[in-house]
Amino acid sequence: MSAPVTHFLPLTLIQRERVLPQPGKVFVRAGQSVGPMDVIAETSLNPEYQLLNIARILNLPVSRIDRYLQCQAGDQLAHGDVIAGPVGISNRLVRARKDSKVILAGDGQVLLEVFGKPFQLKAGLPGNVIDLIPDRGAVIETTGALIQAVWGNGLLDSGPLEVVGKKPDHSLSVQDLDISLRGTIVLAGLCQDVEALKMAVELPLRGLILGSLDVDLLPAASKLSFPVVLIEGFGERPMNPIVYKLLSTNNRRDVALNAEVWDRYTGKRPEIILPLPAPGNTSAPRETGEFSSETMVRILKAPYAGRIGIIQSLKGTIPFPGGLRSPSAEIRFEDGDRVVLPLANLEMIA
Amino acid sequence: MTSILDADTILVVDVGSMTTRAILFDVVDGRYRFIAKGEASTTAIAPYRNIGEGVRIAIDRLQAITGRTLVDSAHSLIIPVSNDGSGVDRFAATISAGEPLNVVVVGLLEDVSTESARKLVQTTYSRILHAFSLNDRRKPENRLNLLLRTRPDLIVAAGGTNGGASQSVISLMESVGLACYLMPESVRPEILYVGNPSLADEIRSSLEGITRIHFAANIRPTLETEQLEAAQLALSRLYVDIKARNLPGVDDLKAWAGEGITPTASAFGRVVRFLSAFLSDKKGVLGLDAAASAITLVAAMQGESFQLVFPQLGLSEGVEKAADPITIDEVLRWTTSAVSAKAVREYLANKAIYPQTLPATTEEMDLEQAIARQAIQKAVQLARPIFANRIPALFEGCLPYFEPILATGGILTRASGPAQSALLLLDGLQPVGITTLVLDQNHIAPAVGAAAIYSPLLTAQVMDSNSFLNLGTMIAPVANVKTGQPILRVKASFEGGGETNVDLKQGALNVIPVPYGQTARLSLQPLHRADIGMGAPGRGGSLTVKGGALGVILDGRGRPLILPKDWQHRQELYMKWLWALGGQLT
Repeated sequence: MSAPVTHFLPLTLIQRERVLPQPGKVFVRAGQSVGPMDVIAETSLNPEYQLLNIARILNLPVSRIDRYLQCQAGDQLAHGDVIAGPVGISNRLVRARKDSKVILAGDGQVLLEVFGKPFQLKAGLPGNVIDLIPDRGAVIETTGALIQAVWGNGLLDSGPLEVVGKKPDHSLSVQDLDISLRGTIVLAGLCQDVEALKMAVELPLRGLILGSLDVDLLPAASKLSFPVVLIEGFGERPMNPIVYKLLSTNNRRDVALNAEVWDRYTGKRPEIILPLPAPGNTSAPRETGEFSSETMVRILKAPYAGRIGIIQSLKGTIPFPGGLRSPSAEIRFEDGDRVVLPLANLEMIA
Repeated sequence: MTSILDADTILVVDVGSMTTRAILFDVVDGRYRFIAKGEASTTAIAPYRNIGEGVRIAIDRLQAITGRTLVDSAHSLIIPVSNDGSGVDRFAATISAGEPLNVVVVGLLEDVSTESARKLVQTTYSRILHAFSLNDRRKPENRLNLLLRTRPDLIVAAGGTNGGASQSVISLMESVGLACYLMPESVRPEILYVGNPSLADEIRSSLEGITRIHFAANIRPTLETEQLEAAQLALSRLYVDIKARNLPGVDDLKAWAGEGITPTASAFGRVVRFLSAFLSDKKGVLGLDAAASAITLVAAMQGESFQLVFPQLGLSEGVEKAADPITIDEVLRWTTSAVSAKAVREYLANKAIYPQTLPATTEEMDLEQAIARQAIQKAVQLARPIFANRIPALFEGCLPYFEPILATGGILTRASGPAQSALLLLDGLQPVGITTLVLDQNHIAPAVGAAAIYSPLLTAQVMDSNSFLNLGTMIAPVANVKTGQPILRVKASFEGGGETNVDLKQGALNVIPVPYGQTARLSLQPLHRADIGMGAPGRGGSLTVKGGALGVILDGRGRPLILPKDWQHRQELYMKWLWALGGQLT
């Protein structure tokens, strides 16, 4: 049976397609080296439009307004430029309130596109541009450790990693955070204290990597000014030992933290990348897999949620407490315990 | 006797949000039968991002189960059946995978054309992001900016009765056209115009170069009448067209199926409609599909149907948004174990991360069923005012009178047995009067509806076979008495001999077992002016019922069903009720 795959890899080839949501300008060239925060492309994603009823503003009939129009479709206007007028003895004028472009002008009305802040697409990871996608973006390649998370708050940043607490179930508290952590990306097992999040903003941190988060802190975490990722999910789930070991042994190294929201359709998901040099034959990890014996899996549901084990054998369709009947597998944990779980509640670790 | 090989063999692929099914129908002994199905995970999501892989695996599994070859070595469907018996004669497909359509509705009057357009959009998998009317108080530029930021897949525009308003409709469509013109070409929405038909040519000429515009019959030909059927059909086609552009692999299915590809909800609607025509009764037929992608309710009467699709109540993809249409407290009133509001929030948040996961503990199954009960009830609540215009209701605030009720969906078939499925249905729908509960245990109802375009006979013959599970006949009196008072006296005389007498008390749930293949004659005498839908409070009568998985279910628990506030008491009751139905709380 095909299996969803999550990567916890100490060294791999990472290639990521970074594209604008709509056509725009691409600023990089093939072969160029980029940092995670470098802007590689931009577009005017949601321009504001202003519809000016010139006839009404100048108190003139529509039939007479065209002679007073000072602009036409396609004109670029700066703040204060005259759009129409002067009219009457008081020289009434209509001026552009912001830098804008005339889209339509006629029938007594003018439609302006107001220039706003463009949407900027950042590289998201340090690496080299290996391919360009015309008007949309680029493919960036690097080598290093790759850890995929399950939830992110939509932001990205990079900085030195700081591990707080000595165990994967360490709960982040205010006492863990001091001025020495300003500008770092902090790793902790879990977070159940909103005060710790507030302190993280005050410092401020550049990012937060957690095993899990108290679900009541979800609204606060979603609004933080720096990226936050969860490796396991919501609740009191310690960070799994593979990820904890991988990250804690790289304390103080620079990491790129892309906390983008997991989109199951495109496959884009929150990720942590630790750039590392690699031999020339390093290959990209596989994105698909099959459940079979000796496959390493993570359990996704209670009562073993977050634990990592090895498939001992596939079991066919069997009944579970509650009435479910599902194809299943016997899982062997590191401590020797064995459990039988539905395949739907497992994901492959590769 | 007709041989299997020279008869019409129909393959239907149903691409759901979580599961893809390949379902084979064939003629056995001169009648259409459901032969087998193959299942696979839907591969709309990464890393596949193409539904084709799931379809291929589902068909492969179907081939392995049946021993029949349906596709060639290049995985192309063999049509028609060849001399060696491989292939199929017909192919159809249904689809509900992927995100629902993002739709903006525009109309002239909020309570007239805009309201009808909303109803129309609710007949398929869609989210209404905004609705604009002529009497909208927002500034034109604000409406324009909102529309541009929304980036809908589809704009449904209505307004003007036949021969009615024209200038205001034209100016409405001009503003829609302007918004489309300002969008990048690659993201411009489709437009479905269902307004005053005399303006169609003018609208076509002004919008045709900007975006794709489609026309269907006016949904409000007069102020007093609403006609959604033709527009519903056009919307179904558009749904498939938009899916074909946004979801890789749908195009290939379209190539195989031609016109035989429909949204799953529409195919399910067709089955329910057919049933209502077949039964030709004065009561309506209700269809419930409690699926991962959406809850669909279909009400049909004498061959006419109306469906409502609620993706926001979908039990897998929509469930994480349950905090919006469903409150946590509403879910908690159904649970039968010690679970806190925070635990429900946590469950939903984690389910949003992994929607494909299944409840493998008693507590999680209890929670999922609680969510399903509330989601079904919410759907009924939303549908009731719309259905009320079409199907008569026995009591105000209750589900209209439906007979039978056909139910499908994973949450119902994942239950530990028919008793749990029936209880979930009774709690969610809370039907009244006398009805029959039919469970689509094989998840084939939408496929039957899809195949019906080739052979209406198939629907009747498959429905009449054992592919669907008759859970039993339900009798739910409505009475205004205290718990423990008798409300219905039932005398059951069995076909094979023997008799049973039961006095149903308010608050109780009883069952009179009537095994499959048997019938029983019921004599019903309501007590204390209880109403069982036989014309008036206190009026009784006789009827013959067929045997089913459970028999005759006497539901005296009251409408609306009010459960104890503490979970321990609820657990006791559920154990008692499940025991009465012949099941047990696992």
